[in-house]
This record gives sequence, structure tokens and C-alpha cells, in this order.
Amino acid sequence: MRPLTPFLTFLLLSILKIVVVLVITLTAVAYTVLLERKVLGRMQNRWGPSRVGPFGLLQPLADGIKLFLKEDLMPLASERPLFIIAPIIALACSLVSIAVVPFGAIQNVKGVDIFNVANVNIGLLVILGITSIGVYGIALSGWSSNNKFALLGSLRATSQMISYELALGLSLVGVVLRAQSLSLRDIVSSQSAHGALSWNIFGGFQFVAFFVYLVAAYAETNRSPFDLPEAESELVAGYHTEYSSMKFAMFFMAEYANMITVSCVATLLFFGGPSSPFGHLIPAFGGAIVQAILPILWFVLKVLAFLLLYIWVRGTLPRFRYDQLMGFGWKVLLPIAMVNIIVTSLVLALRA
Amino acid sequence: MQLALFLIFGGLAVAGALNLLLQKHPINSALSLVVVMMSLAVLYWSLGAEFLAAAQVIVYSGAIMVLFVFVIMLLNAGEEERTTGSRAAYIAGFPGAAAIFCLLSFVFLSESKALGLANLGGQLSHATNNISEISSVLFTKLLLPFEVTSILILVAILGAVVLARKEQ
Repeated sequence: MRPLTPFLTFLLLSILKIVVVLVITLTAVAYTVLLERKVLGRMQNRWGPSRVGPFGLLQPLADGIKLFLKEDLMPLASERPLFIIAPIIALACSLVSIAVVPFGAIQNVKGVDIFNVANVNIGLLVILGITSIGVYGIALSGWSSNNKFALLGSLRATSQMISYELALGLSLVGVVLRAQSLSLRDIVSSQSAHGALSWNIFGGFQFVAFFVYLVAAYAETNRSPFDLPEAESELVAGYHTEYSSMKFAMFFMAEYANMITVSCVATLLFFGGPSSPFGHLIPAFGGAIVQAILPILWFVLKVLAFLLLYIWVRGTLPRFRYDQLMGFGWKVLLPIAMVNIIVTSLVLALRA
Repeated sequence: MQLALFLIFGGLAVAGALNLLLQKHPINSALSLVVVMMSLAVLYWSLGAEFLAAAQVIVYSGAIMVLFVFVIMLLNAGEEERTTGSRAAYIAGFPGAAAIFCLLSFVFLSESKALGLANLGGQLSHATNNISEISSVLFTKLLLPFEVTSILILVAILGAVVLARKEQ
């Protein structure tokens, strides 16, 4: 057999990476839904799904079959092309941004970094850009379904996402200043010197930025306590009122995929990404394979902790009022993020 | 590879721009403009200006066009009525557009030596970080225009606040 050319190797390995990461992400989305239903159930003193499979573990499969087999309704007065394309935009944007996330230590196999689909040197900006494109999915879905509740929900969602995007972007500047790079790999490696002590949230004194990021990210993903766009008691279901079957499922998956992306970014920027919290305290054990898998385990563990925090917050906090939401975003979070940038850059300039 | 990307997205940009003019509904026009912006971003990226591409996506398609779509949704603008158009537009418009096209292509073709040729993807192959280059130019050579622009934007924001404030 002839050896493959470098380009062909790169292509094949890239396709393999994309397929594996996509499958894992979609499975993670399905099981995040189950996790949320289980944990929320226990918080409210009930069982959650427990009938399908052991401990209800096959529930996502049953949900998927149910959604596939449901009738795909198409409202008569809707804008047909936009109505169809809106959930596609939402889901595609939420899945694409996972591509720049490095989820393990650098491992080169035949010149290809196998634990990162695309190592872009402006990875952070790519994530922000794709998030800002994702707004279109929600805005168009509400407008094209020609329904008052859907329109109100999508207007709320759009204005909320535009407002909180500013605070979100500004809260990340402190981290970028410390790492002096927009590449996610560089940001991770800037925190890997002394384990947990050099993570941005502890050693970097970026806990203010972390707080701002967390709140803004909850608002960006339209999750409780900022879930006004889909407030059931006021708006039926918000922007996806008119959607059924797989189109509804696509919005649902987009929401959970966004949660996962946001958790990944929080892990990478503030919690050292795939690096171990013990740094070099624990000697390297096992072989090369164990050492390659261990960072991925740390990464998954941190992301899982963030997902649990999401669910915990949803089970605990009541919903904001609309004017409170806007006031909080513009008058509290934005100034805090700016002050954080000024203080961080002053400290960095004085130290240099 | 880069040539294929250039051809696809250049064609997409032109098609989006034509669609913008031909669509009757304002929201479709706004969305075609988004397509144009995104394909321009890809073109910037294929020329090696990745920061410019990201800024294009975040600022133009992510913020400004979202506001456009938002306003169109809020006002619920209907389909525009087809008029025959003013005669002056036809008389002045087509020759004017043709003249500008000829002038630009003449300048680019005759001055191609002085302008230099674009190197498709050439900047991508060696690892220059153009964010640090842009920022160092922006904060040293071009500091005055940069600050003047930010004051201009500040004035615009203040104007918007004054207009939006309710009368007491």
C-alpha cells in the first residue's frame, strides 16, 4: 500500500475528528436534557424520568423517536423559506463553535492535532462571531411564524442577546490581556504553570470577569433566570410556539448545545481548560495513553460541573422582570466589565 | 483551494448583492446583505486578514444587521409596492454604474504594478500574527485618527440618548 500524501492524511484525520466530535456533542446534548430532568426532579422532590431503560437512561432515545414520528406542522400564514431555515441556522451555529474548542492536551498524530478540530489563532473571536450569527435563527423563527407570542418571544430574545453580548465580550478582555493572545490554546497554556493556582479565576484575579461572563452567558443562552423569551406563563412557548416535530427538536438541541459551548468556553478561559488542578504535584503515572486521556477527563469533569451549575440555578432562582433584565445588563454588568478591563490592564502595565 | 474559496464566495457575494436589490420584502433584502457580509468575511480570511474577517462578522453581520432585522420586525414592514421607478434613475443610474465600473477597472488594471497583486492565501502559510501588527499600527501611527473616530462615535451615542429621552 502506498503511503498517503500529507494533504490526504490531514483531510482524512480532519473528517474523522469532525465526525467523532459531532457524534459526541449530539450525544452529550441528548444526555444533558436527561441530566437536567433527573437533577431538577430530585431538587423538586420527584423522580424524573425513570421508566425507559435502567434509571431512565434510554429516555433521550425515546424522546428522539417521539419527535421524529410527530407530524411536522406548517402554519398557513408563515413565511415558508425563513420558517424552515431558522431552526437550521440556530442548530448549525450552536454546533459549529465547538470546532475551535481544544478539549485535550496537544497531541500530534502525523502533524495533526487530534484533540482540537480546528486550531485557529483567533479562536475566541470565532466563537463570539458564531454566537452573534446564532441570533438570526431565533429572530427569524419568531417573525416568520406570524404569531404574536412567537414574535414577542423572539423580540425579547434578540434584544436580550444583543445587550448581553457586549458584557460577555468585554468580560473576556481581561483574560485575553493576561494571555496576550486570542488563540484558545495559548490562553489555556498561559494558565498551566502551577495547576489550580495559576488558573485565571484564582491566580489571575479574574473572578469579577468570571462572574460577569457567567451571568451574561446565562442570558445569551436564554436560560433561567433569564428565560423571558420562552416564559411559559406569558408567551405560551416563546419563539418556537409554532414549531413541531424535528424543527422544534432543532431549537431544543441548539439551546443545549449552546449551554455546552458556553461551559466549554468558561472552562477554557477561567478554569485552565484540560489542565489538571494539581499541576505537577502528582507524578505522571501510567503510559503515554493514560497521560493523553487524563486531560480530556479533567475537561469533561469541569464542563459537567458547569452544566450542573446551570441546572442548579434553574432550580433555584425565579425569573427576572424585563426592565430588571435590561437594567442589570446595561447598568451593572457592563460597567463592572469595563472596570475589570481597566484594573487588569493597569496591573499588567505596572508589573511589566 | 484558496482559489476555489475565492470563486465560490466572490460569486456568493455578487449573487447576494443582486438579490438584495431584486427582493421585494425588506427582511429578505436585509438577509441577503448578511450573506454579502459573510462572504466578504471569508474573502478577507482567504487573503490572510483573519482579524478583519472576525471583526466583519461580529460587527456587521452580528450587530448592525441584527439591529436592521430587529427594526424591520418591530415595524412589521410589508412588501414594498412595485413602482416603475423614476426616469432619472434609469437615465443616470445605468450609465453611471457602468462608468464607475469602467473607471475602477481601468485604474486597477493600469496601476496594477504600483498597487501590487493580491496573494491569495499567501499570508496564511507563514505564521504572522496580524492582530498584534494591526494594534501596534493603530496605537502608534494612526493614534490621532483612531481617537477622533471614537469621539465621533461617542457624539453619535450621545445624540441617540438625547433623541430617545422622554420629555419631562
